Amino acid sequence: MRPAYNRRMDISMRPGLGRLLALALLVAVVAPRAAGQVVDTPRVPDTLVQRIAACTTCHGVHGEGTPGSKYFPRLAGKPAGYLARQIQNFQDGLRKYAPMEYTVRNLGPAYMQEIADYFSAQQVPYARSPVPPVSAATLQRGEQLARDGDPQRKVPACASCHGTELTGVEPAIPGLVGLPYDYISSQLGAWRTHTRAMRAPDCMAVIAGRLQESDITAVAAWLASRDLPAHVRPQAAGTVEPPLPCGVLETAGAGA
Amino acid sequence: MKRILIAAALLLLLVVAGLAMWMRTGTESPSVAALGAVSGEALRDPALVARGGYLARLGSCAGCHSVRGGPAFAGGWAVPTPFGSVPAPNLTPDPETGLGHWSFADFWRALHHGRGPDGKLLYPAFPYTSYTRVTPQDALAMYAYLRSLPAVRQETPAAKLEFPYNLRSTLLAWRALYFRPGAFRPDAKQSEEWNRGAYLVEGLGHCNECHARRNAWGATPRGTVLAGGEIPRQDWYAPDLSTRQNGGLQGWTAQDVVDLLKNGQSARGAAFGPMADVVRDSTQYMADADLHAVATYLATLPPRAPRPAPHSAFDVKRIAAAGEKVYRKHCADCHGADGRGVAGVYPPLDGNSAVTEPTGINAVRTVLLGGFPPVTAGNPRPYSMPPYAQQLDDGDVALVVSYIRQAWTNKASIVRPEQVGKYRHTPID
Repeated sequence: MRPAYNRRMDISMRPGLGRLLALALLVAVVAPRAAGQVVDTPRVPDTLVQRIAACTTCHGVHGEGTPGSKYFPRLAGKPAGYLARQIQNFQDGLRKYAPMEYTVRNLGPAYMQEIADYFSAQQVPYARSPVPPVSAATLQRGEQLARDGDPQRKVPACASCHGTELTGVEPAIPGLVGLPYDYISSQLGAWRTHTRAMRAPDCMAVIAGRLQESDITAVAAWLASRDLPAHVRPQAAGTVEPPLPCGVLETAGAGA
Repeated sequence: MKRILIAAALLLLLVVAGLAMWMRTGTESPSVAALGAVSGEALRDPALVARGGYLARLGSCAGCHSVRGGPAFAGGWAVPTPFGSVPAPNLTPDPETGLGHWSFADFWRALHHGRGPDGKLLYPAFPYTSYTRVTPQDALAMYAYLRSLPAVRQETPAAKLEFPYNLRSTLLAWRALYFRPGAFRPDAKQSEEWNRGAYLVEGLGHCNECHARRNAWGATPRGTVLAGGEIPRQDWYAPDLSTRQNGGLQGWTAQDVVDLLKNGQSARGAAFGPMADVVRDSTQYMADADLHAVATYLATLPPRAPRPAPHSAFDVKRIAAAGEKVYRKHCADCHGADGRGVAGVYPPLDGNSAVTEPTGINAVRTVLLGGFPPVTAGNPRPYSMPPYAQQLDDGDVALVVSYIRQAWTNKASIVRPEQVGKYRHTPID
């Protein structure tokens, strides 16, 4: 960036010599101050939000997600530990989604945590995203999987880890409320195709592997169409006992 | 048919090369032989190991010899080339899958001669074309450092190369044409600082492996030193590094060069794509003296010939005018209507080689991907650029990139929508 007074001089240099001399005097007086000012360059707020435009353009300024996109998930209010781990997983290539992998590839742990803390602390209203038309039976199956699981297929209920109201559990289990249908179904699909993974043992990969294709549609549709519970903050830490061994939660699993 | 022709041509070269090799078989220099006798205890000298660690940083060895999220130096990343992929091997001291059994002579043979312990010819995806200039003393320090790493048991996958490149003997021909084992020869007319910079840039830094055009055989022909080139298969353009007239970094001061390498960003531009990785893994850790040495050396790269003004069958003025509308809506808030950016925050686009490089790849991909400059000690919370892949279609990306390549003092060719679509799904690893 060239100091602004240079450009002013470019324009004012045209008049005759006499006026030029006066002008030179004026510039000599004004320049030291003008040089320190940023006159016509945009003033950049020294804030985290300004810094993370790469995140907010898809996930929203408050991490509210972009329900209209039918894809970009909400980050607001999710446990900070979970969000920081996802950034790390994208960086390490455990989660595969090229735009995210590229965006986070050169972030360091402290900055990742700061970004995660920011989105975790945001409290903004949830918005509905569109759900494809599915039958009542499908929604019923989705609700069954979410609340009770499917003991025959050894699929634990979503609620057994993600909290009674599926709002997540501090510090590392994300809520499943207010997420777009496409996002949820593609994540479960990604666990089956190993394009989303976690530190071993990867409990979600096990669960996704036990689901049928139709189950993924059912649970994604039910979760995406469900009315929001009264309280949407994650449950307190230690209030769930995950049924499967899970590397990221450092749990041995209660058996399922 | 084409392959048979290629094979025949290579066979011919092979014969020539065989003769050439036969005629210049030499013996190792006495200093290398002496270093090979260094005892195990001397190799564990913490000062030597630390110096080797620093040099391995400068060489960015872990950048290729690790997979993302995997243990450092344990190998596994498949280096993509137009001839196939060549996985970087495990450099940790594991006896079976790593370098556990390698003597210093083996290490030197790889680094300096591009040969494995059994004499096997190494693929030049491993840049021994540059590393051959590393001194035996520096090689020994790096060897000591690698020996000090925890052994990681991890098999290196086999190379996946197309015929005839999968035949290592084809490398005889390639080497006869493009590789001579050699040492760095200081230029007595230049300062010690300049010579240090030249040694780092041409040797361990292996800058020319990206910042030069590669020919059809994947080699960087003579006379293309740091003049810029497309990085095959990675789809980025590594710009010309001359800071003088018509150079890619024209107008950059030594401090600008130091800032970019140390902090990931200077008043003139930011590191992105593969260069951001280089800053992250390597240059941010360079000692100030070495950074200044590199800048001193780069400052003496020659001025370049003026690039001919681009001519186009399209109505360039109309395209740029349409692109300016996109620019004012999406870009001007940060980069300024005058394209000067905000020093240290948002890079200028006027006179920025990332914008004006010959192909337009960098600007197109940066508009699509956005992203953060690397996090460094000097820039721990960088400002980022939003990705526009979702908001702008190929036509709009082409318009805005054409505009910034034509605006202000920039005089680069326009890009077409077809050139944008191609990069929407380029792998990022």
